[in-house]
Amino acid sequence: MTSYLIKRILWMIPMLIGISLVSFFIMHLAPGDVTSSEASFNPKASEESRQKLRELYNLDKPVIIQYSLWLKRIVQLDFGNSFASHQRPVLWEQKDKSGNITKGLIQESLPITLMINLLGISIIFSISIFLGTLSAVRQNTWVDRSITLFVFIGFAIPGFWLALLLMYWTGVSNQWLPISGLHSLGYQNLSNFGQFIDLLKHLILPVTISSLSGLAGISLYVRNGMLEILHQDFIITARSKGLKENNVVFVHALKNAILPLITIVGLSIPGLIGGSVIAESIFAIPGMGKLFYDSVLMRDFPVIMGILTIGSFLTLIGNLLADIGYAWADPRVRKGLVK
Amino acid sequence: MKKKSILLNIFALLFGSLILISCSKESSEIIDFNKEYNKINGGSLINAMAGEPSNLIAMIAGDSASSQIAGNIFNSLIKYDENLNYAPDIAASWEISNNQKTITFNLKKNLKWADGKPLTSSDVLFTWQLITNPNTRTPYASDYQLVKNASAPDPLTFKVTYETSYAPALDTWSSLHILPKHILRDEDINNTFFSRKPTGSSYYKLGSWVNGQQVTLEANDKSISGVPLIKKLISRIIPDTSSQFLELTADNIDLMNINPIQYQRVFPARKDLRRKIELYKELGNGYTYLGFNLKKEPFNDIRVRQALNYAIDKDEVIKGVLLGLGEPISSPYKPGTRWNNPNLTPYPYKPSKALQLLKEAGFKENKDGLLTKNGNPLKFEIITNQNKQREMTAVVIQKRLQEIGVEVSIRVIEWASFVNRFIKTGDFDVVVLGWSLSLDPDQYNIWHSSQQGPGQFNFLGYSNKKVDKLLELGRKELNISKRERIYHKFSKYLLEDSPIVYLYAGYGLSAVHKRVKGIKNPAPPAGIYHNNYDWFVPEPLRRNEISIR
Repeated sequence: MTSYLIKRILWMIPMLIGISLVSFFIMHLAPGDVTSSEASFNPKASEESRQKLRELYNLDKPVIIQYSLWLKRIVQLDFGNSFASHQRPVLWEQKDKSGNITKGLIQESLPITLMINLLGISIIFSISIFLGTLSAVRQNTWVDRSITLFVFIGFAIPGFWLALLLMYWTGVSNQWLPISGLHSLGYQNLSNFGQFIDLLKHLILPVTISSLSGLAGISLYVRNGMLEILHQDFIITARSKGLKENNVVFVHALKNAILPLITIVGLSIPGLIGGSVIAESIFAIPGMGKLFYDSVLMRDFPVIMGILTIGSFLTLIGNLLADIGYAWADPRVRKGLVK
Repeated sequence: MKKKSILLNIFALLFGSLILISCSKESSEIIDFNKEYNKINGGSLINAMAGEPSNLIAMIAGDSASSQIAGNIFNSLIKYDENLNYAPDIAASWEISNNQKTITFNLKKNLKWADGKPLTSSDVLFTWQLITNPNTRTPYASDYQLVKNASAPDPLTFKVTYETSYAPALDTWSSLHILPKHILRDEDINNTFFSRKPTGSSYYKLGSWVNGQQVTLEANDKSISGVPLIKKLISRIIPDTSSQFLELTADNIDLMNINPIQYQRVFPARKDLRRKIELYKELGNGYTYLGFNLKKEPFNDIRVRQALNYAIDKDEVIKGVLLGLGEPISSPYKPGTRWNNPNLTPYPYKPSKALQLLKEAGFKENKDGLLTKNGNPLKFEIITNQNKQREMTAVVIQKRLQEIGVEVSIRVIEWASFVNRFIKTGDFDVVVLGWSLSLDPDQYNIWHSSQQGPGQFNFLGYSNKKVDKLLELGRKELNISKRERIYHKFSKYLLEDSPIVYLYAGYGLSAVHKRVKGIKNPAPPAGIYHNNYDWFVPEPLRRNEISIR
């Protein structure tokens, strides 16, 4: 087991290099660089100054040299500074000689996105497991049908539209919840508990919107898994032993039915750090989605590469964790009975 | 069938209840926002911004969010007053030497930075040295590199001498924010804390900046321009305009920029909004045009360009795209300013004249009603960037040109690709784009025939010896009335040559909560923000200040 793990982890290194190489080249295939932003299309800005900037950022060099320069920095875990005029560090804060701290871009956006996505995923999984089990147990009744209808409406409804509608309803006409942003204006004056409640209020809508579309997939997954298990012999055995129905469903069946979800959780780890551009724009949340989108439009290469590298690293880790988790949960896998 | 109707019922119920709930709330408080109030200190104003400022040092930053915030913090030597004439700012007065090459600025006395240190001509000199330093990553250095010699002979005098007289000089000094030498002397201007924590001299100073969320400015009591009435300017960063609008209707923000649909359709229909929100319009700083690639057939033929100009109905474009909230123009200058030649009028919409000109240029109608020359149909592609108004403009034009037998296709491209793949390479037929209506009339970089290299701004390839001459002259002439004549003539040639079709100059539209008083309506030529130091919020109309602090 240990040697297997070490082998898997060592394999990640060439994989990461391969991924970064491909992303770097694809990124450079798009025409333009950081000097061709809309703001620089200004007769007062001269072409010489743009050329100077290109040389400064090595953008005039061949892509392969730019890549090796980037790789050289990244192996020292230096993600560099953004090309944007704020020149903020991509990953982590820097301190200048007089002690002023400049926070990193990912450092600030990642916790926000992680928080929203973790909340979202836990809501999706808990509701989906409940709904999926319920519709499997009540297969082909009105309960089953209305659950299916509900999750599909949630899946099909355009998130931005529903978001605006909910914002209007809860924020404008009833003023129950804040409309956008993460904090209220008087945030600094609140007590710790008040700040927590304030943040929670701001998160209700974004988390609801981002969970709604995920319900359909997982709950149908649970429903189908449940149905399959409920028709297996050991369930009949359990029932004939005289076990209570609740015990049969929640202890014997559910445990087996949610095993495949471990893979899904593992695969959703990289998704945790990628925010949704649309939701973040509508709710004015400075998360990873907006950061990535803006840096692509700006051709801010260090930021793009920083996010892609961290994303691919997390994907590989997620795959590994899913495999380990599966082996841990399923004795058949652990003992090599099934692959 | 039955299932379907149940579904429909559920939907109807769901949305019916939503609408009911949303309509049920009546506003209980009755405040008369239209009452007259006396000017008073204090209060705060919250506005919405679509983008976050990047860097508050204007010579490094390029984005509009940065310049909007920085404009409240820094002063320049001189500024434009509300009628767009030069006015004192840091300099109390300025003199131009007889040979027009030297400008002497006399600074106001006893100026102070927000940290209490004196502001003198050595700061001005330092700023000039900074922007002309080759290590400074600024795109705007070229104007200031024309200064042969700059000096600060005493703390209240700043003197610049140009190689040859340079007419846009005053304009360039009105846009250069003066920076504090005592703070920046030992800093790397390209990467310094100062860009996010500046010390300025103008009405406001930076209070706090929560990344990605909001920037708060506080009144600067040492301001060299006087102390503003509103104590706090809070800019919330809300990228989506629909969300901004919801925040405005919920009373959470006081000010936002709106679009023509909101101005013409939403507000007139919503009495509850009109009660508390005032709308303002002012002529914006840019115009939209259709530009021909003059190096390509058939656009190198003046008759074709003029014909297409006659075939486009500008009023229709303004009505359709801007819902009437724009003006047709006939020169690249703001209507109503001195540089705009009042004798010029846009090409009228005359399809018959267009057809006649195209026939003179050798085009004939074929059996399908398309115009052809030597068997080749007159067809081209309009490209533009992802900008809703420009896309819609292209569609309106496409339809009008189709009517006279010109086949037009439209392609919309992401900005960076648009510039690098098409504009820089000259690989395009026709573009829909915009230029700014600059306050200084100099248009050398856009229209002079020498400015056609890759990355330069005469990418249409316009070249006219007479225009070249005028542009060179206009750059050297500091006498305003002489200069005016030069640019009136230039505008006339440009209109005749029709390298571009002027489409419209759109209005800038803002919605402001009525609690904010002192805004000039109708807006002066410099726009409503011009006197924002004089805006005020009467005490009875203020928000709950404790919750904002």
